Amino acid sequence: MKVLLPSPLVSYTSGKREVEASGATLAELLSDLDRQYPGIRFRVIDEQDAVRPHIRFFVNRSLVRSLGVALAPEDEVLVVAALSGG
Amino acid sequence: MTRLAVLVGTRKGLFVLGADRKRRSWTIDGPHFLGQVVNHAVLDPRDGRTILAAVKAGHLGHTVYRSEDFGRSWEESKTPPAFARAADGAKGETVSHVFWLTPGPAKEKGRWYAGTSPAGLFVSDDGGRNWSGVDGFNAHPDRRKWIGPPEDAPPDGNTLHSLNVDPFDANHLYIGLSAGGVFESRDRGGTWTPLNAGCAGFFPDPEAAYGHDPHCVRVHPKFRDVVYQQNHCGIYKLDRKANRWHRIGDNMPKDIGDIGFPMVLHPRDASTAWVFPMDGGTVWPRMPIGGKPAAYVTRDAGKSWKRQDAGLPPAQGWFTVKRQAMTCDTLDPVGLYFGTTSGEVWTSFDEGESWQCLCLHLPHIYSVESALVS
Repeated sequence: MKVLLPSPLVSYTSGKREVEASGATLAELLSDLDRQYPGIRFRVIDEQDAVRPHIRFFVNRSLVRSLGVALAPEDEVLVVAALSGG
Repeated sequence: MTRLAVLVGTRKGLFVLGADRKRRSWTIDGPHFLGQVVNHAVLDPRDGRTILAAVKAGHLGHTVYRSEDFGRSWEESKTPPAFARAADGAKGETVSHVFWLTPGPAKEKGRWYAGTSPAGLFVSDDGGRNWSGVDGFNAHPDRRKWIGPPEDAPPDGNTLHSLNVDPFDANHLYIGLSAGGVFESRDRGGTWTPLNAGCAGFFPDPEAAYGHDPHCVRVHPKFRDVVYQQNHCGIYKLDRKANRWHRIGDNMPKDIGDIGFPMVLHPRDASTAWVFPMDGGTVWPRMPIGGKPAAYVTRDAGKSWKRQDAGLPPAQGWFTVKRQAMTCDTLDPVGLYFGTTSGEVWTSFDEGESWQCLCLHLPHIYSVESALVS
């Protein structure tokens, strides 16, 4: 499925903002992303498997908060990083 | 031929200042990791070429990078320092940032230690590529008491810093906790003992075992059991036989006091050390007293101190020098370097007798480390 990434993560994807990944859940999708682009998962999910602050996941433009949410191949996943601060 | 490098970690990236051994002509390289917080960058003295950098990108969490080609390319840690996963239903801890990096003993190539916020201790045995927690500290039953509640922590969170490996005993580690105190381990981090006797603290009990606030603890690299500390509450030297700190800051001028952050030891003289006093009066501005920046040096292990301000702003110099932001090189005479929160790097090539500003307009400086590069 299509995954849209924010600019802070493109150092892991050779500059690509749009990549393909697969998984039946958001957790599986992130594992597949990390397999393809090592290190990217830890940038958005911490060691307690919690979504990092100011990171949000949208599936087909709807906010999701659980890594267990089911995904379908035709879904589109958007990752947003609101880098607050100065 | 070796060259001198000064690694400057800032709130917005890493800069590398370089010079030949005469220290006359300088270059500046960077920024590396533009826009990212670099709390600490250290060159491995065991090979003279590997750099590790503690990096955090906004809310994307922390990591550690390594370079073997002096920053032309960087390799991210495959397993950055991270706390153990909590049991189901329990609230686990998350590393906010890696604050301190220390190379391991000379004979243990590849070993590094890292201190984090919240206060955690991590070790790598493959040159920083993979890190694991030191359970003897991170899972110690008294750790939570030692580091105190989050609401009492420093502004950037409670921190494990001042990681020192005893140069005469690779099993012997010293750490500083802000706040919490100085602790040592004789078994490579398996067990820990507070080392705060004689040190002023915040608690009413003057002999409290912990709860102190070391800002910077330095163990001398050449002389056995020579340990100095710049504490929140003064400047101290450790009496190793008595396991007790003595407040050598009492010998500072009374109108200056002995509050500050960094502590720098002369690489070949156990009795010489530098501090950079900050205003600890009223609401603790933590800037140069009266806006007149100065280093102070002792040549007699703290019995007396001499002001060193030639070349520094004579007035209206309002900056802070953080605990990791002052260091020395190992050349003769010793070169001193400090970075400011206003992005200036100052140097002295005559052991503090005179100072020059090496560069301006960098971001807020967190750390300054010097090294000789192969």
